[in-house]
Amino acid sequence: MLEPGSIPAALLGGAVIGVAAVAMLALNGRILGVSGLVAGIIAPHSSERGLRALFLAGMLAGGVVVGKILPGALPGAITSNALWLIVAGLLVGFGTRLGGGCTSGHGVCGLSRLSPRSLTATMVFMAVAMITVFVTRHVIGGIP
Amino acid sequence: MRALSFFFVGMLFAIGLGISGMTQPTKVIGFLDVAGAWDPALMFVMGSAVVIGFFGYRHVLRRPAPLFAGRFDVPTRSDIDAKLFGGAALFGMGWGLAGFCPGPALVALASGSLDVVIFVVAMFVGFLARDLVGRPAAPAAAARA
Repeated sequence: MLEPGSIPAALLGGAVIGVAAVAMLALNGRILGVSGLVAGIIAPHSSERGLRALFLAGMLAGGVVVGKILPGALPGAITSNALWLIVAGLLVGFGTRLGGGCTSGHGVCGLSRLSPRSLTATMVFMAVAMITVFVTRHVIGGIP
Repeated sequence: MRALSFFFVGMLFAIGLGISGMTQPTKVIGFLDVAGAWDPALMFVMGSAVVIGFFGYRHVLRRPAPLFAGRFDVPTRSDIDAKLFGGAALFGMGWGLAGFCPGPALVALASGSLDVVIFVVAMFVGFLARDLVGRPAAPAAAARA
């Protein structure tokens, strides 16, 4: 059985992610960027809200499938500290919209297109995330 | 067919995220913790996704048009501005705090955890806050990323 989080699982999961990104381009001609696609469901200036909502519905259905076939893959959140989760969620939401993408749009699709913007964004968010983990784990000693 | 394709691509993508380990915040933090007991496994997620994406995109973009749309609609900007830096930095901070980026957080809703719901609601408030404050110069371009 494939252990979620192992290197073989990472390679296989990454391949499935890559296939989904290529399928989005081949079928609909667009980039598979989660933050942009999903934010556009509620954004004031947006288009194709229905298609975006269907994409989100597909992701939620995929989550249910994952929960059924890979029980260890969905352990929930890292903390129950609501304030911590709210601050993190706000930063992720605002930051991905300001920067024009997240791990999927910039990280996977942008790097696949060799986009200099996406390469820059990916290096910045990876570096800042590593610094943030360093501070929370090794300077303040964990999530309060 | 077009509508169905959005649903099924979303579903396939979510299953890939679940298999990959990206929906386990402890795993993500372990990958980001380069000064501690660094867990490199998640590097292989992006590695394998980008290899498939790189060759797949080249192959697909040789076609005249996508199957269910009139034309390919990929970003064309190449300028690197302060918003890109600032946005990526804020996102990185949030990712490092919670171990969730947008896709995996949505997949993790299926865990039934209220903590995940709190994160996702805050994330949507963050999306909306940015989209209310700044109308992007090219709305279509921003919607894609």
